[in-house]
Amino acid sequence: MGETVITVRNLTNRFGKTTVHQNLDLDVRRGEVLGVVGASGSGKSVLLRSIVGLQKPSTGTITVLGTEVLTDPPTETEANTGDPDGVQNRWGVMFQDGALFSSLTVRENVEAPVREKLAIDAATRAALADLRIAMVGLPATAGDLYPSELSGGMRKRAGLARALALDPQILFLDEPTAGLDPISASEFDNLILSLQKALGLTVFLVTHDLDTLHATCDRIAVLAQKKVLVTGTMAEMMKVDDPWVRSYFHGPRAHAAQPQGAQ
Amino acid sequence: MSTEGRDAGNASRAKLVGAVTLTNLATQRGFLDAQAGVSVLDLSEVTQLDTAGAWAIASFQAAQRTKGREVSIDNASGAQALLLQTVVDAMPPSRKRRRRLPHHEAGDLLFDLGRAVSLFVTQLGKNVGFLGLVLSRLATTAMHPSRLRGTALVHHMQQAGLNAVPIVGLMGFLIGIVLAFQGASQLEQFGAEIYVVDLISISMLRELGILLTAIIVAGRSASAFTAAIGSMKMREEIDAMRVLGLDPIELLVLPRVLALLILLPVLGFVANMAGLFGGALMAWIDLGISPAMFRTQLATNTTVSHALVGLSKAPVFALIIALVGCYQGLQVEGNTDSLGSRTSRSVVVAIFLVIVVDAVASIFFSVWGV
Repeated sequence: MGETVITVRNLTNRFGKTTVHQNLDLDVRRGEVLGVVGASGSGKSVLLRSIVGLQKPSTGTITVLGTEVLTDPPTETEANTGDPDGVQNRWGVMFQDGALFSSLTVRENVEAPVREKLAIDAATRAALADLRIAMVGLPATAGDLYPSELSGGMRKRAGLARALALDPQILFLDEPTAGLDPISASEFDNLILSLQKALGLTVFLVTHDLDTLHATCDRIAVLAQKKVLVTGTMAEMMKVDDPWVRSYFHGPRAHAAQPQGAQ
Repeated sequence: MSTEGRDAGNASRAKLVGAVTLTNLATQRGFLDAQAGVSVLDLSEVTQLDTAGAWAIASFQAAQRTKGREVSIDNASGAQALLLQTVVDAMPPSRKRRRRLPHHEAGDLLFDLGRAVSLFVTQLGKNVGFLGLVLSRLATTAMHPSRLRGTALVHHMQQAGLNAVPIVGLMGFLIGIVLAFQGASQLEQFGAEIYVVDLISISMLRELGILLTAIIVAGRSASAFTAAIGSMKMREEIDAMRVLGLDPIELLVLPRVLALLILLPVLGFVANMAGLFGGALMAWIDLGISPAMFRTQLATNTTVSHALVGLSKAPVFALIIALVGCYQGLQVEGNTDSLGSRTSRSVVVAIFLVIVVDAVASIFFSVWGV
């Protein structure tokens, strides 16, 4: 604990005349679950996309596990893809709607990163894919289905299974519980927590779900006014004296989401 | 690199060493497979363990259990024990390898043929049904012209009609040149160069002008219709229209059908004129037939009926292209694969039907004697 795995410094993102981030700084420590919250359009997803190298920021530096993602973009450098220790093999990204490859079955989707990156025989690969499918709570029959045959919640789970396929150290989750029913959402929270504990994952979690924040996050970063306004634990968030943060964590929905003391 | 060892003191104890992870899974599994007799696995020297490694250990345990031997884990750290437990809890029962039924080539062929025929017949039925649906909507709209979407109609007339003029014109011009050139080299042998005018005018006006225009429009517009309607279907826009009480046929299909019905004859006419122009130009350059001579020969030998026969096919072709394009678009399902395959199918089917109808029409007109 304590070691910083993601460092973002002076990040500025501009789209035309709109500035989304202005000199944004953020640290993510090893082994923590960091929840990133903010109003719609405050650039949570843009921040995530910048960190994983999908969005080239106007200025700033981003270091993930000691690799500068901006000067050495992992999604473009051919040399990195073959390297099992390359940074993109040590992170897993789950996109909002799963972003599964529609021409492949769920099992093939989960196998895909392993097939491309590592020399592992087909039977082992399939067995590992089945294990991950089971770990994220999908029924065994789901492996043979195509993404279009899955419900939204199942697609999210399948997306998580694919993100876990290479046993990453950092897991990026974009709105993992959005659109799930409360039971599935809390199952998903538990799933993330148990995986995080068992695998020692660092989780970067973009969410709107206050229940998820309460249940899973060690620290919370609030994106507002084009930067990370505050970071801290849930208890610290409750004391922050900023109108937006106050209304976010003290609003009617926030009260409903709070754990009911010691019961 | 990891090194493995077997505890020398105790033959029923094996010790995993180093990283037990996805990257060196093969080595570690090889080591485990060689430990058939052990009853205790010592993890004290495992530096790294991930789900793949835990899976290897768990499946080793499961394999031993089927042989009646229990393998216990020793000296696992708290995190390792937790990870192992998580993996063991999630372990799916190993999948049975699916056995393929014995089959014969001939049987497969027969099966494929049967399926293709039944698919063709059902598709034909559905297409005819769709034609009926669109015609009935067309009739409703004809009775209530105010329901026609004027903006959409004009938009599609521009997209599918006006914007196709350059390519259709160029195509007609080049076909005219080719006909003149090929015709000239044959007719010159008989000294019948002047009949190159009849060759160009009759083949262009009666058949080639409208047929090639229809093929180009099928390639341009049928695919565009399918892609546009198909992506709307994928994003549930069509469903949104239905629940709002809006009719997708009226909103999306009719403007496209009408736009092509109005403009395909015009495009065919453009192709005809460009073809005659190209032919006349080539006849002048290559055979010395002056434009005035070309005009006289054209006016005396080629009746207007040829042009009318050609253009009379245009509305039918327009209907085919628009209906196939829209129908395939509405058949798109939830995935991107289906959008691609429907788009290519719409072009193939539209061109195929246009050629079939053209052949039938050509027989019909010759029997009728026009």
